[in-house]
Amino acid sequence: MRTLTTDTLLIFGRYARQTLSSKFQILFGILMPLLYLLFFGPLLTDLPLSAAGSSWQVLVPGLLLQLGLFGASFAGFSVILEKNNGVVERMRVTPVSRLALLLGRVLRDTALFLFQAVLLVLAALAMGLRAPLAGILIGFGFVALLTVSLASLSYALALRVATPQEFGPVVNAVAMPSMLLSGLMLPMALAPGWLDVLSHVMPVRYLVDAMRDAYVGEYATAHMLYGSLVALAFAALAVTVGTRVFRRAGA
Amino acid sequence: MAVISTSGLARTFTTRRGPVEAVRGVDLRVGAGEILGFLGPNGAGKTTTLRMLTTLLAPTGGAATVAGHDLVTDPAGVRRAVGYVAQSGGVDPNVSVREELVTQGRLYRLTRTQAADRAEELAADLGLTDLLDRRTAALSGGQRRRLDIALGLTHRPRVLFLDEPTTGLDPGSRADLWDLVRRLRDEHGTTVFLTTHYLDEADALADRIVVVDKGVVAADGTPSALKLAHGGSIDATLQETFLAITGRGPAPVDTTPVAV
Repeated sequence: MRTLTTDTLLIFGRYARQTLSSKFQILFGILMPLLYLLFFGPLLTDLPLSAAGSSWQVLVPGLLLQLGLFGASFAGFSVILEKNNGVVERMRVTPVSRLALLLGRVLRDTALFLFQAVLLVLAALAMGLRAPLAGILIGFGFVALLTVSLASLSYALALRVATPQEFGPVVNAVAMPSMLLSGLMLPMALAPGWLDVLSHVMPVRYLVDAMRDAYVGEYATAHMLYGSLVALAFAALAVTVGTRVFRRAGA
Repeated sequence: MAVISTSGLARTFTTRRGPVEAVRGVDLRVGAGEILGFLGPNGAGKTTTLRMLTTLLAPTGGAATVAGHDLVTDPAGVRRAVGYVAQSGGVDPNVSVREELVTQGRLYRLTRTQAADRAEELAADLGLTDLLDRRTAALSGGQRRRLDIALGLTHRPRVLFLDEPTTGLDPGSRADLWDLVRRLRDEHGTTVFLTTHYLDEADALADRIVVVDKGVVAADGTPSALKLAHGGSIDATLQETFLAITGRGPAPVDTTPVAV
């Protein structure tokens, strides 16, 4: 257990240093949600999206999850480059914990997207968002869990494919429908029945419902319960898959 | 005493077009402190064998022990005992030489101070001291190779696997690398298992040569014994011997250097 912690921190440190040396990497991911916030958010302010709060309390949780969804699902790109440089194999020949090779990277991604999420919430506050602090913090928790899940799966996929050209389209093909079907932009309450039913296949749907409850200060709801369960189960499943692939990678 | 011993070691890859037997059953014994040249035509199974012996790839058949640890049941033990320098090396171009060396030490569970000291020591040993704070992308081919090898030597492994270590090096750097390999054996008793396509390299460096072909061992012996048995005379070139063993093409008539 102690070696797992040390190994994870070691791997985290290596990748965190690489991220810190690139301002582009630190800030780029926030661009898309920020554009939605600036140019899409104002369209919603007079629409009756939610009985409980303002349109910002509906939109911002969705944008935060969108940040995690797109950022984390592309995390695997870096591993494809490292694999081609032989760095992954070099590390896998050492006694370092296989789980740490995954967790160290995932932890870096989580830290990065949490930082971007904080910036996004600050921008949203300036645009007119008002939400309870506890709800905002719970929201960060969901962003973190989603990042852990998707980054793990992304690394697993990246180890299985040979080139970035295969990786990009696959990730896009999964991320776009996930975004649309989860009701990240507009709540699924507006959807016709069949679309609402279909959206329940998407794990992110449960997370965004829970987060929207948190943003209006309702913490003891069925949405919150399902959201938490789905987020935790998804993360556990994704880390298990990721570790298995890291253990046997290269084949 | 054998440091590496394999019996029937095999690896079959499952592909869309059916199974591919990359290694069909390799039997090997490598003694402590031996320098073994592992030769074979492209696609003979050299790298696959190496990847199995270093725990990167699980065998699909046979058994092996490396430095007293069973490959299948104790991969962690094998990892602690072996160093591996892959064909492509394995350094991140955006990272400094020092960071790579220190991280490698930490991956082998050295403390921060130990890892920093070991990095200095390895750099001094391999002539990298002045390059420690340079990004690895800025190294020359020879310097890169020395860094790759330094990374493989971080934990003073009992067995060092080198996959085509001198490919792409100039003659001076090749000679330096040969000296380094001999020094490792003489000073530390390290067993060195190296693959190469340069037959002069195998001739100059290896105590013993194993030729693999189509996934099995085709010949095994000292360079002179192989020349005598397969090349027809002790004065045969290793090139003639190699071609006789693998049956690939006619032996050349002149004695131009095999590779420069």
